[in-house]
Amino acid sequence: MSSDQDHLKETDTEARFEFKKEENAAVKSDKGLTEEVIRMISEDKDEPDWMLERRLRALEQYQNMPMPSGWPGMPDLSELDVEEIIPYIRPDVDKREGVDDWTELPDDIKDTFDKLGIPEAEKNALSGVGAQYESEVVYQNMQEQWEEKGVIFCNMDKAVQDHPELVKEHFMTTCVPPSDNKFAALHGAVWSGGSFVYVPEDVTVEMPVQAYFRMNSEGMGQFEHTLIIAEEGSEVHYIEGCSAPKYGTHNLHSGGVEVFVGEDAHVQYSTVQNWSKNTFNLNTKRAICEAGGTMEWVSGSMGSKATMLYPCTILKGRGATDTHITIAFAGEGQDIDTGAKVYHNAPDTSSTIESKSISKDGGRTNYRGLVHIADGAENSSTAVECDALMFDNESTSDTMPYMEIEESKVDVAHEATVGKIGDEDIFYLQSRGLDDDDAKKMIVAGFIEPITEELPIEYAVELNRLIELEMEGSLG
Amino acid sequence: MARLELSNLHAEVAEGDEKILEGVDLEVESGEIHALMGPNGSGKSTTAKVIAGHPAYEVTEGEVLLHLEDEEFGEDIEIDEDQRTWDLLDLEPNERAALGIFLGFQYPAEIEGVTMTNFLRTALNAKIEEREELFEEEEGEDEEEEDEGFESSPMEGPADEGEVGVAEFQQILQEKMEQLEMDEKFAQRYLNAGFSGGEKKQNEVLQAAILEPSIAVLDEIDSGLDIDRLQDVSNGINALRDEQGTGILQITHYQRILDYVEPDHVHVMLDGQIAKSGGPELAEKLEDKGYDWVREDVYGTA
Repeated sequence: MSSDQDHLKETDTEARFEFKKEENAAVKSDKGLTEEVIRMISEDKDEPDWMLERRLRALEQYQNMPMPSGWPGMPDLSELDVEEIIPYIRPDVDKREGVDDWTELPDDIKDTFDKLGIPEAEKNALSGVGAQYESEVVYQNMQEQWEEKGVIFCNMDKAVQDHPELVKEHFMTTCVPPSDNKFAALHGAVWSGGSFVYVPEDVTVEMPVQAYFRMNSEGMGQFEHTLIIAEEGSEVHYIEGCSAPKYGTHNLHSGGVEVFVGEDAHVQYSTVQNWSKNTFNLNTKRAICEAGGTMEWVSGSMGSKATMLYPCTILKGRGATDTHITIAFAGEGQDIDTGAKVYHNAPDTSSTIESKSISKDGGRTNYRGLVHIADGAENSSTAVECDALMFDNESTSDTMPYMEIEESKVDVAHEATVGKIGDEDIFYLQSRGLDDDDAKKMIVAGFIEPITEELPIEYAVELNRLIELEMEGSLG
Repeated sequence: MARLELSNLHAEVAEGDEKILEGVDLEVESGEIHALMGPNGSGKSTTAKVIAGHPAYEVTEGEVLLHLEDEEFGEDIEIDEDQRTWDLLDLEPNERAALGIFLGFQYPAEIEGVTMTNFLRTALNAKIEEREELFEEEEGEDEEEEDEGFESSPMEGPADEGEVGVAEFQQILQEKMEQLEMDEKFAQRYLNAGFSGGEKKQNEVLQAAILEPSIAVLDEIDSGLDIDRLQDVSNGINALRDEQGTGILQITHYQRILDYVEPDHVHVMLDGQIAKSGGPELAEKLEDKGYDWVREDVYGTA
C-alpha cells in the first residue's frame, strides 16, 4: 500500500498543483461552463489534442441542446442549475490533493459508513485521496493476473495516455456520441476518471473485474466514464460499487458507460449506487452487442434527489441477447425514474427486462422503458416485467413501457404488478416472531432477491444493508 | 406447563364496528388437544387471529392470558412469579410468538425471494432474542449489540451469541422435515411461494415443530388436503403434542381430521360464543346432525 502511495505521489505533478490554484481563481470569476474551463481540465490531465477537441465539440453540442422536456411524468430538474456545474468540479480537484478529509463529509454520509460497518481505514480511503491508492492496488492486482493474456484494466484517464488507439476508436463515437442527449454532451465535455476494460478475443476473465472505491477516489468522479471492450468470444463481468454516497457538496452526477460486446462475447455490467439525497443523477449507459453476443445489466439505484437512468442495449447482430435487472428505491422527496432501452436491430435477438422498485414515505419510482423491434428483426422476442412495492399510501409508482414493434414475427410480453407491502404478509412473519421492522425488511430482501443473487456476495450483502438502512430512514 | 385462557372475549373489526366475538371463554393447556368447531362466520378464525394479535381486530372486552411454568423455558430456568402470567392483549404479535403462541394459518402468506431456511432460522433467532428481552427487561438495559461480522454465511447475517448458526439450523431443519416426510428441496424454496395447498399446510406444521410453541392454534389446517396429506399433517400435529407437549387448539369444520388427531375437548362456536363443549363424542354428533341442533339446544330455536 505504501509503495503504491509513493508511486502515486510521484505522478502528481507540480503543474497540477499550480493549476488547481489557478482554476480556483477562474471559477470564482463566476463563469459558467466555458471553453477555458474545458481546456484547463484537459491540460491538467495532460491529454492529447484529439481528446481536447472532442471535449470542445461536446461542449458546443451541449450548449446548443435544450434540456430534456415534455416527457410524461419526468422528474423535476428545475432546481438543477447547470451553470453552477463548474464550481462543483473544482472542489473535486481539491479532493484529488486530499484537501478535504473525513471530518468535512456531511454527517449523513459519515453515519452511513458507520452503519455499514466500514472500518476506519476504509472510511479514510473512501473519504478522499486514500481511495485512489486503494483502487490502484485493485488495478495492480488485476493487471498482474491478466496482463499476460492481454487484458487491460485501468483508470480511464490513464487509458487515454497508454491506449490511445483503442480509446480513440471507441470513446463516445458510435456507442454514446455526445449528440445523444444534453447530459451525454455535458459528460463528453467534462468527463473525468472512470474505468477502462479491454478483453482480447476468446479470453475469459473468470473473476469479476471490480472497481469499488474508484468513484469516490476520483477527483471529478461525478462525470466518470466507463469503457468496456470485449472482443469476439471473450467474457467479462465488470462490477462498479458506488455504495458509498457521493460528497454532499455536489449536486450533479452525469456518468457515461459504453460497452462493446463482440461476436459471441459475454459482458455483465453490475452496479450498486447510492447517492446523497441532493444529487441529480443523470446518466447515459449503452451497449452495442454483435451477433451471438450477450449483454447483461444488473443495477441497484439508491439515493439521489432525482435519477434518470435507462441503460440501453443495441442488439446489432443476429442472435444477440440482452438482460436487464434493475432495482430502484425512492424515499421521501426522491424521484427515481429508471428503466431500460433495447433496440432489436437484427433477427433472432432476445431481451429480458426485470425491473423492481420500492417506494416509501412519499417517494416516487417510475419504470420508463423502450423496446424497439426493427422491421426485419424476425423471430425476436422480448419479455418485460415490472414489479413495484409501496410502503404506504403517500408513495407512488408508475410504469411507462413503450413498445415499438415494426416486425410481425416476434414475441412480445409485458407484465406489471404494483402492490403495497401486504399487512397479511407482515402479520404472518410477526406471528412467527419477527418484529414489524424485521418483517418488512425480510419482505423487501425477498423482493430484491433477483438482483442480489446476480451479485457477488459482498455487494449483495451491502445492497441488502443499504436498503435496510433506507427503510429505517437513517440515511438522512 | 402453559395455559392459555380466554375469558369473556369480545372483539370487533378494527375499522368499523362489526362485532364478531361476543364473550368467548376457553382454556387450553399444554399437552391437550381442543377442537373448535362451528359454522362459517361463527368467529372461529377471528378467535385464532385475536389470540395471535392480528391488527384487523379490536378487543373491546375480556382477557387473553397466558400462564407459564418453569419447564416452558428449560429445566434450569426459573420464571419469576410476576412473569408467569402475561396479558397477551398488551403484547405485539412477535412478543406473543416469543412467549410460545403459534398460529397456523388457513391461508399462509407467500413471500417471494425468502428461502424457507433463511426465514425459519431468522424466526427462531428472533424468538430467542425476543424472549430474552421480555424476561430480562428489568435487569439488563438495552445493550446495543455489536455486529461481530460474518461468522456464518454473510447472506444469513452474523451469528451472534446465543443464536442458532447456519450449520446447526440446517441440521434441525433436516430432522424435522424428515419427520414430516417433506422433500428436502423445501429448504431452499421460497416461503410458501408456489406451494400447493397441502404443502402449505405441511409447512405450517413444520414451522410449529421448529419454533416449539407452548400453544398452537391451527386454523383449518385440514382444509384442502387429500387423505395422504391429511395423515402426514395429522402425524405432525400429534408429534407436536406428544414430543413437545404443545397444547393445540384445532379449528375445523369437519370431523375428518379428528379421526387422526383425537381431541380431548370439543367446542362448538355459534355467533361469537362457545355454545357447547364436550368430549370427542360431540364432534361425532356434529358430523351426523350438523349445527342446528346445537342452536336449538342452546337458544331453544333453530
